[in-house]
Amino acid sequence: MFELFDAVLAARLQFAFTIAFHIIFPALSIGLAWYLMVLQGLWLKTGRDIYRRVWRYWIKIFAIIFGMGVVSGIVMSYQIGTNWSVFSDKTGPILGPLMGYEVLTAFFLEAGFLGVMLFGSNRVGRKLHFFATIMVAIGTMISGFWILAVNSWMQTPAGFAINEAGQFIATDWWQVVFNPSFPYRFVHMMLAAFLTTAFLVAGVSAWHVLRDRSNSAAKLMFSMSMWMALLVAPIQIIAGDFHGLNTLKHQPMKIAAMEGHFESQNGAPLILFGWPDMEQKEVHAEIAVPKLGSIILTHEVDGHIQGLDAFPEEDWPNVPMVFWSFRIMVAIGFAMVLVGLWSAWARFRGRLYEAVWLQRLAVLMAPSGTLAILAGWITTEVGRQPYVVYGLLRTADAVSPLDAPAVNASLLAFVVVYFMVFGAGIYYLLQLFKHKPSMNEKDIQRGQARRAAGITPIQGLQKDSAEEGH
Amino acid sequence: MDYVLIWAGLMAFAVFAYVVLDGFDLGIALLFPFIREQQDKANAMNSIAPFWDGNETWLVLGGGGLYATFPLAFAIIMPALYVPLVLMLLALIFRGVAFEFRWRSRSESGRKRWDLGFTLGSLLAALAQGIALGALVQGIEVADRAYAGGWWDWLTPFSLITGIAVVIGYALLGACWLIYKTEHRLQRLCRQAAFQLTLALGFMIAVVSVWMLFKQDPYMRRWFDYPNYLYLSPVPVITVVLGLYLLKAIKSGRELAPFLTTIALFALSYFGLCISFYPQIVPPSISIWQAASPESSLKFLLVGSAILIPTILVYTGYSYWVFRGKVNSEDQYH
Repeated sequence: MFELFDAVLAARLQFAFTIAFHIIFPALSIGLAWYLMVLQGLWLKTGRDIYRRVWRYWIKIFAIIFGMGVVSGIVMSYQIGTNWSVFSDKTGPILGPLMGYEVLTAFFLEAGFLGVMLFGSNRVGRKLHFFATIMVAIGTMISGFWILAVNSWMQTPAGFAINEAGQFIATDWWQVVFNPSFPYRFVHMMLAAFLTTAFLVAGVSAWHVLRDRSNSAAKLMFSMSMWMALLVAPIQIIAGDFHGLNTLKHQPMKIAAMEGHFESQNGAPLILFGWPDMEQKEVHAEIAVPKLGSIILTHEVDGHIQGLDAFPEEDWPNVPMVFWSFRIMVAIGFAMVLVGLWSAWARFRGRLYEAVWLQRLAVLMAPSGTLAILAGWITTEVGRQPYVVYGLLRTADAVSPLDAPAVNASLLAFVVVYFMVFGAGIYYLLQLFKHKPSMNEKDIQRGQARRAAGITPIQGLQKDSAEEGH
Repeated sequence: MDYVLIWAGLMAFAVFAYVVLDGFDLGIALLFPFIREQQDKANAMNSIAPFWDGNETWLVLGGGGLYATFPLAFAIIMPALYVPLVLMLLALIFRGVAFEFRWRSRSESGRKRWDLGFTLGSLLAALAQGIALGALVQGIEVADRAYAGGWWDWLTPFSLITGIAVVIGYALLGACWLIYKTEHRLQRLCRQAAFQLTLALGFMIAVVSVWMLFKQDPYMRRWFDYPNYLYLSPVPVITVVLGLYLLKAIKSGRELAPFLTTIALFALSYFGLCISFYPQIVPPSISIWQAASPESSLKFLLVGSAILIPTILVYTGYSYWVFRGKVNSEDQYH
C-alpha cells in the first residue's frame, strides 16, 4: 500500500494537501487580526461596549484559527527540507534569507504579542493591550509579505545568478524581493484574506440576525462585513485583472491554460465554459464570446493571443485544472460583488437587517472566500507546473532522494492526522459560530474549576451591563 | 570577518533557545498525567499558554535559518531524519491544538482525549528530537551533495538512548518551571518529580557522553588529545557540581534556582556537544564552510538579524514579565 504513488507524485500531493489546509488559517488570521484591531480601536475611541463584545466574540475564534495556523505552518517550513531537498540546496541561498526574515520580523512579533493580546487584558492597560493587538495584526501582514515574495520569486525569478554548485545566488536583493509578480500577488492575496474574513463574519452574523433581529452585536458585525463586501470586492476584481495582465507578460503559457486557448490567434474569444481536452488540443462543448478574450487581455479587438501551441507540449500544465479552478475563483469574486451591491441597495432603503434573502445568501457564502483562495492558488500553482522555479528547475528534479514508501507513508499519516485534528478544530469553530453574541460576552475562559467557584462572572456581568448603558 | 562562523554561532544559539524554551513547555505536558487535580492541570497549562507559540517559533527559526545559511546541511539532514522529523511535526500538531481544544470540549471525555493528545504529542515530539540529535551525532552518509542512506538509518540503540535522555531532560525543565510558577500541592509534586528526574538525567548525561566518544574518531580526539583535555576537563567537573547543586536547590525550597540551574546544566551539555562537533555540521563529512550559503546571503540576513534578534529578546522578555508571578495567585484568565 506504500507504493501507491511514485516518490515525486507523493511528495507533490503531500505539499498540495498540507498547504491547502494551512493557507486557510493564515488567511483568516490576517483578516481577523485586522478586524479585531479595528474593533478594539473603535472601542477605545468611542467607549461603546458593543465593540468590546464583538471583539470578545471573535477573539476566541481567532485563538483557535491562529493555533491551527501555527502548527500547520511548522509542517510547511520543514517539509521543504524533508521532501524537497534538492530544491532546498539550490534555492536556500536566495529564498532562505527571505524566510529567515519572515521568522524574525513576523512570527516572533505575532507570537510575542499574541499572549498579551489573548490573555493580557487584565494585566496591562487598555492602550498597551491595543498595542499588542496592533503588533499581531501587523505581524500577520509582514508574514504575508515575505512568503508571497518567496512564492512570487519561484514564479517570476529575478535578481539572481547560478554558482558552480548549481545554487541560485542573489545578485540584487531588491529585485529578488520585489520580483515582477510580487506586488500584484501580494495585493491580490491580502485583499483575498480580508474578503474571506468579511464573508465568514457576514455568514455567522447573518445567521444570528435571521434568528434574532434585535441582536445588536450580530447586526453590527453584519453591517461591517457588508461594507467590506461593497468596498473591497470590486477592488479585488480590478487587482485580479492587473495580476492577470502581469501573468500574461511573464507566464503567457499559464494564461493560455487559464483561458483554454490551445491555438494562437488574433481576436481570440473569451471561453466561458467548456471542457479542455489536452489530447485533442481543443475545448469541447465550449460557450464563448467572440473577440472578448483579446479585448480583455490586450485591450484590442483583434489583439494577438498566444495559445498553448506556442510552447513545447512537455512544458504544459494540467489545462483542465487550471481552466476550471480559475473559473471557480472568478465566479465567486463576482458573486461577492453582487452581495456587496445588494447590501448597498438594502442599506439605502433602510432594510439591511430585514433583507432576509440577502442574509440567507450571506450564510451560504460564509466559506466562499476560502474556496476562492483555494481555487486561485490551484490556478497559479498548477499553472506554473512542470516547474517549481519557473523555467529553471523542474518539480521532478527538485525532490529528496527518498524511497516511495517513505513519502507515501508520511502522506497517509498527514491525511489522517489533518482530518482528525483540523476536523475537530472546525467542529469547535462551528460551535463557537453557533453561540449567540450576547450582552455579557465573556473573555477567553481558562480553568473551569475557578469559574465554578464563581469569582468573577457575576462582577463581570454587572460591569458589562453597566457599560451597556452608554 | 568570518560570516560562516558567526552564523554557526547564531544557529547554535537558536537551537539552544528552542531546546530550553520549548523544552519546559513540552516537559509540562510530560508531567500532565501525574497531576491529578483539575485545578492543578489548568494552572500547569495556563502557566505556558501565553508563551508556547513564541517558544515554538525558535524551532521555525532553527529550520528556516538552516535553510538560509547552511542550505546543504538542511538538504542532507532533513531527508536523513525523515521519519523522526515527520513524527515530530505530527506530534507537535496534537500538543499545539490541545492548548485551545481542551477548553472548547464540552464533555469530560473530550477534554481527557485532548489532554492525552497533549501528553503523547509532547512525548513523541521530545523523543523524536532526541533521536534526531543522536542520529546526527552518530553520523550521516553523504554522496554528491545529497543524503545517501536509507530511510531507517537513524534508528540505532544510541539514538534511542539520546531520545530518552531528551525526554527526561525536558520533563526536568518542565518540573522546575512549575516549581517556579506554582504553589502548594502542585509545587510539592514537582519538587519530588524534579529530584528523581535530576538523578535520572545525570545518569543519562554520563551514558551519552561516554558512548558518544566512541561514535566518531574526531569526538575522541577533540576531548583527549593534548592539550585539549587540559582546557576541557572543567566541563565534566562543573557538570557534576551543577547537578549536586540542583539536587540541593530542589530540596531546600528554592523557587527559581532549580529552573536556572537546569538551564545551566543544559547549556553545559550543549556546549560539550558543540565542542565535539566543531567544525562539522553534518558529521562526519560536511563542515560548516562547505555547507554555508554564499557570503551575499549570509550578510543580507545578518544585517537584519543584528537588530531583530536583540529586539525579539526584549519583547519576548517583556511578555514573560507581563505574566510574571505565580500562575494561580491572580485571576488572570477571566
